[in-house]
Amino acid sequence: MERNKRKKLGLLVVLLCCLVPMLFAAGQQDAKAPVAGQEVTEIIYWQYFYETKKILMDQLIKEFEAENPGIKVTQQTFPYENYNTKVASSVPTGTGPNVINLYYGWLPMYMDAGYLQPLPDSVFSAEKVEKEFFPLVSAGKFDGKYYAIPTAVRSLALFWNKDLFREAGLDPDKPPKTMELTKKDRAGNYLQEGWGLQLNGQIHHWIREMLVRQFGGAPYSDDGRKVTYNSKAGYDAFTYATEFQTKHQVGMPMFMTDDVTAFKAGALAMNIDGSFRLGTLDAVKELDYGVADLPTLNGISSNFASFWANGITSTTTGKKLDASVKFLEFLTRDDVMARWLKDIGELPAKKDLASRKEFAEDPKYGPFIRGLADAHATMFVDEAGQRQVWIDAWDQVVLNNMSVKNAVDGAAKAEQVILDKYYKNK
Amino acid sequence: MMRGLKKYRTLARTTELWAYAFLSIPIIFYVVVRFYPTLYAFYLSLTDWDIVSSNMNFIGFENYSHLWDDAVFKKTLFNTIRYVVCGLPVSLFLGFVLAYHINYLTVGSDFFKTVYFMPYITSMVAVAWVWRWLFQPPPVGVFNNILATLGFSAQPFLRSTTQAPFAILMTTIWADLGFQMIIFLAGMKGISEQYYEAARIDGATNMQQLRAITLPLLKPTMVFLVITGTIRYLRIFTQVMNMTSQGDGGPLNSTKPLVLYIYDTAFRSFEMGYSATMTVVLFCIILVVTLIQMRISRSEET
Repeated sequence: MERNKRKKLGLLVVLLCCLVPMLFAAGQQDAKAPVAGQEVTEIIYWQYFYETKKILMDQLIKEFEAENPGIKVTQQTFPYENYNTKVASSVPTGTGPNVINLYYGWLPMYMDAGYLQPLPDSVFSAEKVEKEFFPLVSAGKFDGKYYAIPTAVRSLALFWNKDLFREAGLDPDKPPKTMELTKKDRAGNYLQEGWGLQLNGQIHHWIREMLVRQFGGAPYSDDGRKVTYNSKAGYDAFTYATEFQTKHQVGMPMFMTDDVTAFKAGALAMNIDGSFRLGTLDAVKELDYGVADLPTLNGISSNFASFWANGITSTTTGKKLDASVKFLEFLTRDDVMARWLKDIGELPAKKDLASRKEFAEDPKYGPFIRGLADAHATMFVDEAGQRQVWIDAWDQVVLNNMSVKNAVDGAAKAEQVILDKYYKNK
Repeated sequence: MMRGLKKYRTLARTTELWAYAFLSIPIIFYVVVRFYPTLYAFYLSLTDWDIVSSNMNFIGFENYSHLWDDAVFKKTLFNTIRYVVCGLPVSLFLGFVLAYHINYLTVGSDFFKTVYFMPYITSMVAVAWVWRWLFQPPPVGVFNNILATLGFSAQPFLRSTTQAPFAILMTTIWADLGFQMIIFLAGMKGISEQYYEAARIDGATNMQQLRAITLPLLKPTMVFLVITGTIRYLRIFTQVMNMTSQGDGGPLNSTKPLVLYIYDTAFRSFEMGYSATMTVVLFCIILVVTLIQMRISRSEET
């Protein structure tokens, strides 16, 4: 009897010991090839969840697997809000994907962490990439080698609501070419907005990379290490921008919670946004809208470009590495880029492809592709932090009646701290 | 006799062993997911770990001295304390008023209890988003539309540094009310009817009964509500995360509680070391507040 009980107790303890490691193992995401006669290499691909991107990627993976029978690709997506956190927390645990989609502004941080490995010269030599791709993809280049390569790039353009133009007695098919014209399009007591001012959307890019330059300045030093918008150009640019709310009263941040919601609801006449929004807006049937080149100002045109690039994690080796390189090669093929444009609205990352007539003269894609010529990609080191600086500066002026000069100086000081922290040991 | 005792002992011990065996499962779980990370946070607070680096540099108390120069830390600490000081008393008072009146009802008290308790069991994320829309500027915001029909000018609510913290509190109190009410009601039901009968015979008014019987006898209930409430209000997070634009705790950090700043520092800026430092500070604050309140409640009991 006694012995029997003791045995049972011992068994329980053993069971417990087995259970605890299992708890940990459940959290890991290590790919195991399915046991089958033929050897299959499985690789994991990560991107953030954006419905059209996920659907297209699922189709592309099917085609890729059909072309490469020995390879299986598993796509995993995560909500955009937590994506960077998810990726970062996978670094110290050594888990995570083989091929990963990262925002270009995050690359420096992940390079520092040794998260990515250089793409093989045989397929993605610096020379070849620079001949074929738009120059802004060099944000993925470190020490002469490319570590990440995009399928698509994005730029900004002006979206306008044709119905609201009709209502206001403006020609619905003629978008404003200069900023000065847009001021007149005032839609009353914010029952609808004339001009979108969503700072945490694209408007901080508009101030940073467009207005500051259009007033004759530059937002940063050439190496990106020094803030230079605390200058006359910066003050003029910020005065110009904030006056949309304070003086002309044509818009406000967070109108109807955000610019996309307002534009979809037909309550926003004009907004600066990216090509990736085309798919979202086309889904709204009642919406009659057009896309135009960004308005010039003082004769200067400027644009902000950005991209999500695919890289291979440094823990990927052997057969998985070969499969990952093949997958990356597939994702940068012309036909894949063309489909990416059609289904998602992001522009081909290759110059020749993008400048093809069917794309460059398309009424909706055209303005974005033309915008790439004057586009700047900000060298972010902490994208969220550097964006917050402008949001706060705006609120200081609009809510606290701070002078534009003090607000811009405050922003410059705060952003310089962020830059210094990153470049401290470089 | 001796044998019997021995047998009894072994049986008792076996039962006890089994109890330990079962209790060890949650204990292992707690050690792994609660105690170990808590202790580890103390260590992390002395490092400059940035989550992606493999090396963790020990920097002593540098993070702690940095707290003194960090304006955002002070601001968020102030916000957190303001949430407790301004929010909890209102929530307790309203909860008590509701409970006091529902306690008188003979018909329909279940209906009122259900209605007032419903917000408490609703997901805070859903509550926050509904209120975010209620607080919108015209033409969508319900509150502003009501103000407009009454002839008042539109209010910025969540877009104002002075109004936004109270808009957040209003939402929190609305969601919190039901809990306070239910616990107060339970406390009131526990007071013997004899006291009231005696008081009525002596000619005590309702007000006198409230002051001399109900309130003093509800003290243990109140102590419980104050302790749990303080901890709840110190940890306000979900409301601000969901009611401010992209969870930034704005405008100008006016609504950002310390917990959100800790979250931002850890998972948006990836400064794990510094965020652990703030976690330790918050831990100490909650510990001190709880100890003080427990001491008070103990002296009440004796």
